[in-house]
Amino acid sequence: MSVDGLAIDASHLARRYGRRWALAGVSFQLARGQVMMVAGRNGSGKTTLLRILSTAIRADGGRALVAGYDLEQREEIRRQTALLAHYSYLYESLSARENLEIAAHFCVAPPPSAADALERVGLASRANDAVATFSAGMRKRLSFARVLLQKPSIAFLDEPFGQLDPEGFALVEQVVGELKRSGATVLIATHQVDRVARYADVHLTLENGRVA
Amino acid sequence: MLPNERFPKLPHALIVLGVLCLSVGSYLGLFVAPPEHYMGDVQRIMYVHVPTAWNALLAMTFAFAAAIVSLFKADWKWDARMEAGIEVGVLLAFLLCCQGAIWAKPTWGVWWDWDPRLTTTAVLLVAFAGILALRHFVDDPVRRAAWSAVATIIAYVDVPIVYYSVRWWNSLHQLQSSPATVSSQFYLPLRLNAFGVLFLMSGFIMLRARIASRRIATELAPPPQDLLGELA
Amino acid sequence: MINALHKELLLQWRTRAQAIAVFVFGATSLLLFSFAIGPSAALRQYAGGFLWLGLLLSSTLTLSESFHAEMENRALEGLLLLPVSARVLYYGKALANTIQLVLLGIALVPVMVVLYDAGTTRIPTIVLIILLGSAGISAPGTLYSAMTSQARAKQTLLPLLLFPLIVPVLLASVKATSLAILGDPMGQGRSWIALLTAFNGIYWSLCGLLFDRVVED
Repeated sequence: MSVDGLAIDASHLARRYGRRWALAGVSFQLARGQVMMVAGRNGSGKTTLLRILSTAIRADGGRALVAGYDLEQREEIRRQTALLAHYSYLYESLSARENLEIAAHFCVAPPPSAADALERVGLASRANDAVATFSAGMRKRLSFARVLLQKPSIAFLDEPFGQLDPEGFALVEQVVGELKRSGATVLIATHQVDRVARYADVHLTLENGRVA
Repeated sequence: MLPNERFPKLPHALIVLGVLCLSVGSYLGLFVAPPEHYMGDVQRIMYVHVPTAWNALLAMTFAFAAAIVSLFKADWKWDARMEAGIEVGVLLAFLLCCQGAIWAKPTWGVWWDWDPRLTTTAVLLVAFAGILALRHFVDDPVRRAAWSAVATIIAYVDVPIVYYSVRWWNSLHQLQSSPATVSSQFYLPLRLNAFGVLFLMSGFIMLRARIASRRIATELAPPPQDLLGELA
Repeated sequence: MINALHKELLLQWRTRAQAIAVFVFGATSLLLFSFAIGPSAALRQYAGGFLWLGLLLSSTLTLSESFHAEMENRALEGLLLLPVSARVLYYGKALANTIQLVLLGIALVPVMVVLYDAGTTRIPTIVLIILLGSAGISAPGTLYSAMTSQARAKQTLLPLLLFPLIVPVLLASVKATSLAILGDPMGQGRSWIALLTAFNGIYWSLCGLLFDRVVED
């Protein structure tokens, strides 16, 4: 972690896709342990921002310190962070438990945490079923379990409410609460502005790749 | 960002010089040099074949070097140079195969004689043409640069391996092989042509690299006005 | 590394029905080759060649499938973000692909023996050649498969990029296999096996080094 207690220190982050700049200079700072809501219309750059900060993709301009590390230091940042993406990162032909165990092995987390994580997201009864049989909502829950497994100090949640029913909404709140209690910093990109505003410490709104 | 803009007319000068050398060298080779002892006039194709062979390999080597630099330095200039090197190399390799066939038919009665060097060239031709296809099918410029550099390195490292394996494979079959080397009296036209093709090739690579650079410049939109100071 | 390999083998086991289909494809290819030549002594002479052509064609199926599961839900990205080093993922996958090809190759040997009258007592040698040849195809094949599964025109690009590259593997494997079947009075088989070993040494290291640039953005 950086000396001055900042989880994220971003300056002029930019990223292009061909001729279009998805992010055109985004700067902000986020203190440790805080919850930041990133709002904005579709195409405003929310996903790109989260993917850059979690090192899933490169930045084409600007710099950032995530957990005190520069974006170039991908491996160090990845050890400290977890990303809940639009993609589920799951293997269709494997069971829920197997998917989590694979992740757990690579995290050097002790095996019991896979079963534990399944329990916390309410999927214990479907642990041995292939992911291919899961509904969209259940896959989302499994992705949450995967994030919790990693015990991140910074969690990036990209549209966590997508595909969930009202019961699932409560699960999101529960997961965010758990992360917060463990001292993690959380960034949530979402359309559910009113919901998240209730517990977000910081708001950031993006428009056309810039801070609005 | 554009390579060689310091000497904008250099490639054109090289091309003119190349045509000049080739004209003189070819004239000497075709009309002045005596016919070779065993093969007669057919052997005259060596005056084009050998220079093409040297330069095809040179172009591929240049592409390989550019690929390595491109991977380490992430500089568009080197990606453009690599693309140019590959394209010119593919062209020369194709010409080489045609020349080989033209020589083989009157000499051995077949269009293709599985000579190790020519066969390696054919494999090289397909391998590098494949890399050009790869570049065509990848849209993201950064990814395209990285992937084709990786492919170029892998393909180039294979060249000596392909050559040796074909040589062993061929030696188990039968006779013959490459067009005989040129004897010392005939060095002048050969050298002239070699330089001729070298100048032509260099000129073409430079021009082609410029085209590639310009195309990349249009693919990547300029940074938004307020970011100009921040972006390199 | 063990984790990476374990994950690959688990995935392969779950989709094992596919392996049967690939075997049928391979066996059918061998059958088609024999129709192309007709019943003649040439079949036995070229049995090694047909076996390896069949194996090579089948490899395009297995190699392109190997990244299908990774790209479906971007599972590969998920693993890279854990973090897992790209190199480890590469070796796990390349090893698993090799094992798959070796099993396929061994399964096709009886087909070859029957169709082409290519029986031989030198089975251990043939298994060794299949091992080295499969490894030689898998090393660059896995890297190119990762590339092409993310590009357009994936079906055509993979063979186009891979086939010229593994010409030495094909030459050496065919030659060594033919010698094992037809007899090797001058002991040439050893040099072909040495060539295969050298190819594997070079490409397993080179592709492992470069894999990072292929899967990271």
